[in-house]
Amino acid sequence: MAAFFQQVVSGLASGSIYGALALSIVLIHRATGVINFAQGEMATFSTYIAWTLVTHHGFSYWPAFVVALVVSFLGGVGIHEAVIRPVERGPRIRVVIVTIGLLLVLNGLVTWIWSGEVRAVQSPFPARTIDVGGVAISWQDIGTIAVCLLSVLVLGAFFRCTKTGLAMRAAATNPAEARLVGVRVSRMLAVGWGLAAALGAVAGMLTAPSVFLSPNMMLTVLIYAFAAAVLGGIDSPVGAVVGGLLLGVGLNLLGTYVDFVGSDLGLPAALLVILVVLLVRPAGLFGKPRVRKV
Amino acid sequence: MTALLELHAVEARYGPLQALRGITLEVPEGSIVAVLGANGAGKTTTLRAVSGMVKRDGEITFAGKPLRGGPEAAARAGIAHVPEGRGTLTELSVIENLRLGAYTRRGRSVRADIERMADYFPWIPERGDQTAGTLSGGEQQMLALARALMSRPRLLMLDEPSVGLAPLIVREIFSIISTLNEQEGLTVLVVEQDVRIALEVAATAYVLEVGTVALSGTSAELRGDEAVRRSYLGY
Ligand SMILES: Nc1ncnc2c1ncn2[C@@H]1O[C@H](COP(=O)(O)OP(=O)(O)OP(=O)(O)O)[C@@H](O)[C@H]1O
Ligand SMILES: [Mg+2]
Repeated sequence: MAAFFQQVVSGLASGSIYGALALSIVLIHRATGVINFAQGEMATFSTYIAWTLVTHHGFSYWPAFVVALVVSFLGGVGIHEAVIRPVERGPRIRVVIVTIGLLLVLNGLVTWIWSGEVRAVQSPFPARTIDVGGVAISWQDIGTIAVCLLSVLVLGAFFRCTKTGLAMRAAATNPAEARLVGVRVSRMLAVGWGLAAALGAVAGMLTAPSVFLSPNMMLTVLIYAFAAAVLGGIDSPVGAVVGGLLLGVGLNLLGTYVDFVGSDLGLPAALLVILVVLLVRPAGLFGKPRVRKV
Repeated sequence: MTALLELHAVEARYGPLQALRGITLEVPEGSIVAVLGANGAGKTTTLRAVSGMVKRDGEITFAGKPLRGGPEAAARAGIAHVPEGRGTLTELSVIENLRLGAYTRRGRSVRADIERMADYFPWIPERGDQTAGTLSGGEQQMLALARALMSRPRLLMLDEPSVGLAPLIVREIFSIISTLNEQEGLTVLVVEQDVRIALEVAATAYVLEVGTVALSGTSAELRGDEAVRRSYLGY
């Protein structure tokens, strides 16, 4: 039984990372109606920045973490202004293609700046475990869950309680009406890209200690995040987080208790989740089924 | 009375179609002005031209300054536009719609104003958390009006506020508009199909025909006009 709970907790830890990245995907999807395929590479880029600050510039972990968040926010705003805004009003497929291009460019850029070498990254959390009722839980897992959920909650409070957060939701869902009340829609979308980039950076920096730092480190995480977002409902922020946690726990238990799945079949299982959700309940667990307007 | 809003030879087009062919009109500060006309005459487009939702030519002056830019700029200048077909933020709650209505304002009186809206629309407090898109059509129309008032506009522009409302509610809405006009000096430009009620509340009115002003005058003059009576009032 203890082993079971241990697997659940470590599933929650990876799940909270999927949830955070899924949420950043959902934020951009709500605002622009497209999936940002570059979300994972943006997170990788941010993680390298934090790593550089720590190893080459004498930063300790958390200050580097915060600086990386700020830089990521600005980078997200910059990406929106430079390459997304010019195609935003056109057909959506153009935006999709731009994000795929961005994925390739960022991946190439990371390899060019930092080389493709795989590097170990120090974790900000102690390598010990604590004993909770006979279950040994690692600080790494607890810390990961705490940081992800805290980021999500802060973001949620921002969207609910602040004027700018409200304006951003309006800009994403009813742009024409939002402009009529004086909201500068394009500016709000840019801030949305910034916040999504910062949240992705959180996911990246928490992923790095367990998978090592490399230009492709977020590839599988991104696919899990897609699955989480689809599972929860691609337009539902709450759904993205819950979807991430469900997926994390589910995959972990599947890998532990179903022999033939092991650790190699995680990705196919995630793709299966995407497929089944799209067939059975396209709006996801938390999404509102779209009412077709006649 | 000085004019708060002035349009001089305003033109607007949708692709090849010229919807406005030189509209000239004037909304005096503190008055209610109605814009009437048949379907497709260009009433909605006139309001859209003012708030910058369509590209326009000609001169539009608001509070003595030329009005430029898109809807954000118009909102910031103090124009609240309730567009045709409601214009609530359907995904947000009733209260969030009202909070957002006050977006261009600074200061802390937002909560007090939400309470003031509850005086006009008593159903609002108990439905505060309902998603606006799930309100009935009439409720959405009232919410759109309340949202517009939350910005404490200098000019309120309403596009057919009566559409889809029960006659009693229409009376109520127009009486709220008159009250705001009399007590707070709110200036109103209203497009309306219900000519009878529009001429009751408005001081002056313009009748549009295929993108031009065909007729204008005080409400009393227009009520007495043979053509207006025959085409719009039906007696
Ligand atoms: N988005 C649009 N694209 C193309 N043409 C448009 C558009 N909106 C309006 N028009 C055209 O512009 C002309 C004026 O339309 P407008 O909506 O201003 O009329 P209206 O007086 O408000 O009519 P109604 O009483 O039916 O609301 C019409 O011929 C209409 O077909
Ligand atoms: Mg109209």
